Amino acid sequence: MFDDFMVRAALAGLGVAFAAAPLGCFVIWRRMAYFGDATAHAAILGVALSLLLSTSLFVGVLLVSLLMATLVSLLNGRGYAMDTLLGVMAHSALAFGLVAVSFSSGVRIDLTAYLFGDILAVGKDDLALIGTGALLVTSLVGWRWSALLTATLDADLARASGIDPRREQWVLTLSLAIVVAVALKVVGALLITALLIIPAAAARPFCRTPEAMALLTALIGAASTTGGLQTAYWLDTPTGPTIVSLAAILFALSGLAGLFKRRIVGATSSAGVHP
Amino acid sequence: MPLLSIDDLHVALGGQTVLQGIDLHLDRGEIVTLVGPNGSGKSTLLRTIIGAVRPAGGRLVRQTGLTIGYVPQRLAIDATLPMTVTRFLNLPRRHPLQAIRQALEQAGIPGLGQQQVADLSGGQFQRVLLTRALLDKPDLLLLDEATQGLDHRGTADFYRQIASVRRDLGCAVLMVSHELHVVMRATDRVVCLNRHICCQGTPERVVSSPAYQALFGPDTDDALALYHHDRDRHAPPVDMAAPQPTETSRLEASP
Repeated sequence: MFDDFMVRAALAGLGVAFAAAPLGCFVIWRRMAYFGDATAHAAILGVALSLLLSTSLFVGVLLVSLLMATLVSLLNGRGYAMDTLLGVMAHSALAFGLVAVSFSSGVRIDLTAYLFGDILAVGKDDLALIGTGALLVTSLVGWRWSALLTATLDADLARASGIDPRREQWVLTLSLAIVVAVALKVVGALLITALLIIPAAAARPFCRTPEAMALLTALIGAASTTGGLQTAYWLDTPTGPTIVSLAAILFALSGLAGLFKRRIVGATSSAGVHP
Repeated sequence: MPLLSIDDLHVALGGQTVLQGIDLHLDRGEIVTLVGPNGSGKSTLLRTIIGAVRPAGGRLVRQTGLTIGYVPQRLAIDATLPMTVTRFLNLPRRHPLQAIRQALEQAGIPGLGQQQVADLSGGQFQRVLLTRALLDKPDLLLLDEATQGLDHRGTADFYRQIASVRRDLGCAVLMVSHELHVVMRATDRVVCLNRHICCQGTPERVVSSPAYQALFGPDTDDALALYHHDRDRHAPPVDMAAPQPTETSRLEASP
């Protein structure tokens, strides 16, 4: 069954969706949306470097993403605001990456494949990599779940319970770098953040606990990737953008439903106050 | 061996000395209150004890295996994070549902378990924070102005609960408070802090000490007067027909 490129694409999409779901939730809860963006931009520099040094693409992207994340964590709180730092790092990594790519002019590189991904070209090796990465990230996040949540609530609260919030931040950063490296092939560097935050944002209005939100995020992500894949096939549109567009439509629907729900709840509770 | 031994502790934040020469020892079953003006390093001392601030010098030894219950001064839970009270109480360690129900009842907020934490009032949230700290059966309870947002009744209930917790768990309590007159009755020892320890001892001794008076001004006599007044009062029947001057108005009237 792995011989069918559509099956491989669907499995790759599902793997990324499941790995991205809990991380996307944390990205939203910790207001780290730009962090995902910056890591993804840095991935382009990783692509360029691994092409220049002819190492594995995955390793190059992973290393650069990790380096970026570590630098940002170290520099944070030393005279620069977080968003400034991320802006500087993200775009300079992207610029250096594009410059570096031009040095390897001997080889023809289709940069759009890395910017927008090419899920239909996922091979068996890629699939194994995505599967391993997804498994690694979900087990890492699952293992640290309670500590990560406590550290997300409040750093001091975590410390008092014997949890080191900086270590948890590092776990999160590491997982994010892995997901970016793994998802590069599927949706590309420009749209990875979308796959991280849009399903999680769409899940928020319907959840009462963090676990429920992570689960619903995974379902919405899975629906977006498989649905987007089908839609792109029917309409003959680029696959990555179609997946993200579908996720965005689900987000809009969820926002409307959330608004409607709140209005009903608001109406009944105000009716209770003024009988 | 004391639960917590602090010797000659020195803490600097951003190159500025915030605490110096702090000696503090806490034993099981003790209730100690930290008082001091704004910026005197009270919260920093608590944050140093939980390990959020690294001391620049001195010794801070916690008994091995010490469980700390911490109620921070402020905690904002992001609205993007869905969290029921029950789930919050289970972080990071899970507790049986029965224990949680019972704990909420003891805190005077039964039936709040399924509420979203973000929807709680300030007073309710403060009680939830204390409940969470107590569920871990701490050896040391650290309270940083934990009665913020509680009304008079709530504050009284809160200190009553602290007293019973000390009795039941035998834990030590170290709390920061501004409500001198209330805290005086609930505490064994008062430590007056202003970057260094100005004075410490029983509530009566601290309040009458010159160092304390210099920090808080002479009107703090009223706090002590009120303290004695409240403690010595044998609940005389209040004549509702003739309006009695309230304690606050009496305080304001005194020169």
